[in-house]
Amino acid sequence: MSAHEYLIRGARLADDRTVDLRLSGGRITEVGSGVDASGATVIDADGLLALPGLVDLHTHLREPGFEQSETVLTGTRAAAKGGYTAVFAMANTSPVADTAGVVEQVEALGRAAGYATVRPIGAVSVGLAGEQLAELSAMASSRAAVRVFSDDGHCVSDPLLMRRALEYVKAFDGVIAQHAQEPRLTEGASMNEGALSGQLGITGWPAVAEESIIARDVLLAEHVGSRLHVCHVSTAGSVEVLRWAKARGIDVTAEVTPHHLLLTEDLIAGYDARYKVNPPLRAQEDVLALRAGLADGTIDIVATDHAPHPVEAKDCEWDAAAFGMVGLESALSVVQAAVVDTGMLTWADVVRVMSTTPARIGRLSSHGQELAAGANANLVLVDPSASREFGLGDLAGKGVNSPYLSRTLPGRVHATFHLGRPTVLDGAVLPTDAVSAGPAPAAG
Amino acid sequence: MRHLLSTRDLSRDDAVRILDIAEDMADVATREVKKLPTLRGRTVVNLFFEDSTRTRISFEAAAKRLSADVINFSAKGSSVSKGESLKDTAQTLEAMGADGVVVRHPSSGAPQTLAQSGWIDAGIVNAGDGTHEHPTQALLDAFTIRRRLHGTAARGRDLDGVSVVIVGDILHSRVARSNVWLLTTLGASVTLVAPPTLFPVGMGTWPADVRYDLDAAIDEGRPDVVMMLRIQAERMRAAFFPNSREYARVWGLDDARTARLAPGSIVMHPGPMNRGLEISAAAADSSRSTVREQVANGVSVRMAVLYLLLAGGGEV
Repeated sequence: MSAHEYLIRGARLADDRTVDLRLSGGRITEVGSGVDASGATVIDADGLLALPGLVDLHTHLREPGFEQSETVLTGTRAAAKGGYTAVFAMANTSPVADTAGVVEQVEALGRAAGYATVRPIGAVSVGLAGEQLAELSAMASSRAAVRVFSDDGHCVSDPLLMRRALEYVKAFDGVIAQHAQEPRLTEGASMNEGALSGQLGITGWPAVAEESIIARDVLLAEHVGSRLHVCHVSTAGSVEVLRWAKARGIDVTAEVTPHHLLLTEDLIAGYDARYKVNPPLRAQEDVLALRAGLADGTIDIVATDHAPHPVEAKDCEWDAAAFGMVGLESALSVVQAAVVDTGMLTWADVVRVMSTTPARIGRLSSHGQELAAGANANLVLVDPSASREFGLGDLAGKGVNSPYLSRTLPGRVHATFHLGRPTVLDGAVLPTDAVSAGPAPAAG
Repeated sequence: MRHLLSTRDLSRDDAVRILDIAEDMADVATREVKKLPTLRGRTVVNLFFEDSTRTRISFEAAAKRLSADVINFSAKGSSVSKGESLKDTAQTLEAMGADGVVVRHPSSGAPQTLAQSGWIDAGIVNAGDGTHEHPTQALLDAFTIRRRLHGTAARGRDLDGVSVVIVGDILHSRVARSNVWLLTTLGASVTLVAPPTLFPVGMGTWPADVRYDLDAAIDEGRPDVVMMLRIQAERMRAAFFPNSREYARVWGLDDARTARLAPGSIVMHPGPMNRGLEISAAAADSSRSTVREQVANGVSVRMAVLYLLLAGGGEV
């Protein structure tokens, strides 16, 4: 199948042009109308949107160490199902991705699986312990060519370590992606602090614990002239701090998760652990501020924070449950529901926040390219008019801890192409042997 | 009534009915044979994931007076301490044929999770979950207030016009939460008094007044009821207040404050008490104090709850 050429017939682009696209040799070779289909497998894209392959700057693939939750293979299958062609794999594995050896292993596993380009994120500190810098330069110059560094799951709370990390990665154009959570203000916390946490008797995670770290970090980034990225912004106050920082010219980018654009803390009233996530679901006014921040560019990108867990980690009482939700398979639909169907973002904006800009922040030039002749053939075909009850069949990774099960979501990924090869066709993830970049299939 | 998980979802009629049945149960205790055959052949499991001798024996006494078989399951020393999940524990009890499960758990919401999970069919009684609720404590407190105020004419009455001041660690108190919902549902007005650090944020949505000044709450409010909550020493180490001396001086019910209470007003405490900290010995032992009545009434109220859950007591 890999040697095949594809002709995508009559797809609508984000700028509303309707075109044919011919894919060959891993690239888009022709874009236009009436493109010759000879020798190519034709895909009828009538009614479908063609977008550049999505790029997720915040994915937990769990391998090595937590293969019962997810592997690079299963996580990238989930990515393909959701229209992603590149994912940045967070460092909180076991062993932690804090050495060149681990990041090279993760990168190689992604290459072998073939469903998406896997770019490892390196840990900022050894063992995510927040004490000593990891070998950032070794990871940057490894085959994995790491450019994004994060202790995600933990905040780099020591201001001196954060300052040094911000400075150090300037040597190789890296960026520190901060999990903004003041640890002392959030001890034992597992939901948004507000009226509902008081009523439910759950220790609250106050917005100020996020906002104060973001405020500190943008000032540090300004002081040392470094690039800062803020993970999973979740509060209205954080949007205000970022807006101020950007107006001041500070080199900061920020992400919001799909779930923080759609879901609110009210869902926790029944103690359903599927809604336990860090940072926590917030109030409706936060959701609206995050949408507005994404629309006006204060928030640069949408990133999933795809966090798979085994069933037993959610099938339990609230306190015992793990934090996190899977998100790769549902992200585009959730973004459509939250900000496209509400008229706040165009599809061109979606391309910007889910493909172009995340690729740029992660310095991944092979992705996020405009769908034009000569570009890498990373693209997704979406049926935006579809509507479905999201179910287990929509999930393709190991984790089933999705907050959207039984919820009706708009849009559906019809096909995904990674470097010219299909990973999803007719909405179904292709079998591993058809996608694997291993030995070429016998007999054409 | 299928489960009793919180007082927040009880209507006034539900609550009055439970209290009235508790009056009937209290009458049983005055008989020569303090036992009813109502729950013969039924099994009640006391599933306690936290130490609590008082609440556990109160439920045990209640179930036994209704002739139920009682199994006490303490998480300590059991398979739970070896890592067994709540789900597996629940399914084990289900397989053993538990009809009712009285659960105390350190995680807020655990009884609700148990009730909604489908792991077990039994009726669930929340005997205290984390910092969420302790509904039978609030019911026995309401019962105690109603009896003190209305005596033998208590049946059918609510708490309209009664003013209650609850003092102490509101932030961590499941007793305070359950009482706020239940007492206000029954028509009482509730004032909460604590250091500002021991209130949750977002109290504006609670049907209660918030004050920091206990003296003003006593002298201006002229409350019918002052309920003191147990203050835990470890709160000091987490910087909620400087030390026990300062706490006792500012927020304790000392002898001087007790002396200024309105005639006929009562002093309550869910126990166990820290004498000399949140309550003085004289206040705890005075005729205003209902501490021992609360314990006795606890059995009657828990009998009423188990009866309604397990005896097919009809819809409440």
